[in-house]
Amino acid sequence: MKKTLQLLSGNESLALGAYHAGVQVASAYPGTPSTEILENLSRFKDIYAEWSTNEKVAMEVGMGAAYTGARAMVSMKHVGLNVASDPFMAASITGIVGGLVVVTADDPQIHSSQNEQDNRHYARLAKVPMLEPTDSQDVYDLMGYAFDISEEFDTPVLVRTTTRIAHSKSVVDVKKSRKVKNPQPAFLFNKQKYVMLPVYALPRHAEVEKRMVRLAEYCETFPMNQIFWNKKKIGVVTSGVAYQYAREVFPEASFLKLGMTWPLPQQMIKGFAAQVERLIVVEELDPFLQDNIKSMGIEVSGKEFIPLVGELNTRIVTESSAGAGLLPESEKGEIIPPASGLARRPPLLCPGCPHTGIYFTLNTIGQRSKLLESDKPQEPKLIITGDIGCYTLGAYPPLNVLDTTACMGAGIGQALGMEKAGVKSKIVAVIGDSTFLHSGITGLVNAVYNEGHITILILDNRTTAMTGHQEHPGTGISAQGKETYAVDIESLCRGIGVKDIKVVNAFDLKALRSGLRDSLGREEVSVIIVRGACAMQVRKREHPRKVDVEKCNQCGICLKLGCPAIQSKDGRVFIEPTLCAGDICTICEQLCPQKAIGV
Amino acid sequence: MKSKLKKMDILVTGVGGQGVVLASDIIGEAALTAGFDVKKTDTLGMAQRGGSVVSHVRLAERVWSPLIKEGEVDLLLAFEKLEAARWSHYLKKNAVAIINSYEQPPLSVSLGQEKYLTDDEIVAALKRRTDKIYIIEGNKKAQELGNVRTVNILMLGCLAAFAPLETGVWKSTISKRLPERLREINLKAFDVGRKEIEGVRIGKS
Repeated sequence: MKKTLQLLSGNESLALGAYHAGVQVASAYPGTPSTEILENLSRFKDIYAEWSTNEKVAMEVGMGAAYTGARAMVSMKHVGLNVASDPFMAASITGIVGGLVVVTADDPQIHSSQNEQDNRHYARLAKVPMLEPTDSQDVYDLMGYAFDISEEFDTPVLVRTTTRIAHSKSVVDVKKSRKVKNPQPAFLFNKQKYVMLPVYALPRHAEVEKRMVRLAEYCETFPMNQIFWNKKKIGVVTSGVAYQYAREVFPEASFLKLGMTWPLPQQMIKGFAAQVERLIVVEELDPFLQDNIKSMGIEVSGKEFIPLVGELNTRIVTESSAGAGLLPESEKGEIIPPASGLARRPPLLCPGCPHTGIYFTLNTIGQRSKLLESDKPQEPKLIITGDIGCYTLGAYPPLNVLDTTACMGAGIGQALGMEKAGVKSKIVAVIGDSTFLHSGITGLVNAVYNEGHITILILDNRTTAMTGHQEHPGTGISAQGKETYAVDIESLCRGIGVKDIKVVNAFDLKALRSGLRDSLGREEVSVIIVRGACAMQVRKREHPRKVDVEKCNQCGICLKLGCPAIQSKDGRVFIEPTLCAGDICTICEQLCPQKAIGV
Repeated sequence: MKSKLKKMDILVTGVGGQGVVLASDIIGEAALTAGFDVKKTDTLGMAQRGGSVVSHVRLAERVWSPLIKEGEVDLLLAFEKLEAARWSHYLKKNAVAIINSYEQPPLSVSLGQEKYLTDDEIVAALKRRTDKIYIIEGNKKAQELGNVRTVNILMLGCLAAFAPLETGVWKSTISKRLPERLREINLKAFDVGRKEIEGVRIGKS
């Protein structure tokens, strides 16, 4: 084995590629599947890496750094680019000095997101070049090009990955070492470039259009736009992970693999199309390549048979291509259905999760289980608007405590909107600590300013849990492990003008119930900070609880907590000792009416 | 040397927290050391703990797709028996299935809304494709070693009997990936797994 070969995930490879390309400033907000990019970069002590409060701020940090001639990278999940789109569009028009690379990690199949969005459209919208890797080696190699193109064409460069690229490992030949192009960055006065007043912005737009013309020329010779000639019956144009599926499904076809998918190399595509009998595009999600190739006047098909929804795989590409007559039916192989009668195993809140107690309280006070008993439309007695994080899992039974989940910070605005529309039910907005700092603050300011009567629960588990425990401004630890200032959420709410603020222990069922009842009765904005550490971060797990079979009357109320440690077999309830979090939690012990749970 | 390499498509599955991702990482790294092209991908969804987890690991002279196609898996390594049944349709005809007998009932089973498959039903699901089913009392054996969390490495020991990789490569990769304090017990678990698989009759149901 060659010494330089490593088995790296797309995210690890991207971080290493950026490091070797001389990135000096990296900023991000955690989001699946992009999180590990900044986690890996933060380990290099000779660069600056930060968790920003949200993607918009991350983009602004990246812009500022690039304006000084430093190489900067901003990474986020696909919906993060929605949040960051304002400064992203601005960076496109001002251009940069040092390379600015923006990474968007899309999530086809919605493995862990709220929508399935094809961010390739952002490249066209913002008029910036876009690179798409097909595996970890490509990721590593593309990063050097990304920074160089950014500087040469005075533009941010979008690098688009997907979950299957970001989270798959493949072999990477790590050939380079770190080189820093501009070790002493400096900002140079240039208001025509940086101050986007109408008088300066319009000429900048003209510059952007000139840049696109130059890029269109450049991409014709871009080394990672590659043709692999084989038989000429079928020619496949493809990019990203779809390339891998297509190579496997069409071993005899010729391929045009696009490493740069905006702008598109028109001459190269035309030349390729002219040589093959039938031109097809294999791509995930939208017909981005296909529509743009069609608009060049080239006959091409793809989305007529390749699905628009979900991620692709070799089976889907085989079956859809066979359906379109591109492969013999025999290629489909013998596929048997999944085994029947399998109990599902959806993700759950962990044993000892600090969200379980408040969610059980919301479930019972709001009589939420009744909502599942009838198919008719019902108005919840207690409306609960949700947000994005582990606590979104509370939507599943048995807790059933969420009525909405849209995007980060949305729950607070939605709650106020429902109240102002005039609904009769009480309304609670649920948000996590990291999410509150990300984009909940402005919603809270709005609710106070507009005299709302809603209750806001800030579930403060002192971490960004769902993406794997990243630090945030409320923890007071930076991405690179430095102790900094911890934002005090209580004082922040007070400063905004919230009068009623309660801080409640997440593992005290009685206090949760009385606190929630009090807040719901108030004619003002009320904030309850439910505080308890994430169970995954508590190492000490002592005294797992047990069920006393003599005392237990099988009422089953403890099972309604949805705790994975509490199980039942043949009508007997027991607590799995290897899963129970023990002393840190005790919610089931507090709940049991028979006092049958103890040490 | 390359021409001698065979291909192997491996599916590793279990419940969040059982160490599926680490085990599949080790397979991938060991295979790379042995000169294979390797791709591996995990499907975790939103699982932190307690959700269904599956890793695809592919070794060959050249690997394209990171995902294995249904019906193409050469070897299924399951750390929980219901999860073995869940991926049974991915097996190739006459594939090898190595299954930990451990049972972790999903919440819907505890709530009485769904049933956990019986052992016969699990075996029947796998027998649609293969008779080469090996059932290992992995959790029990790992517990006997003093740490139930070594079950993933113990199961790797079982897999090693079928994979085209040498014992030394496995051991050095395991040593590389585990912190020093856990190294010895895990290397022991690997050996226990290798021995255990010998004692299990092929086609046992």
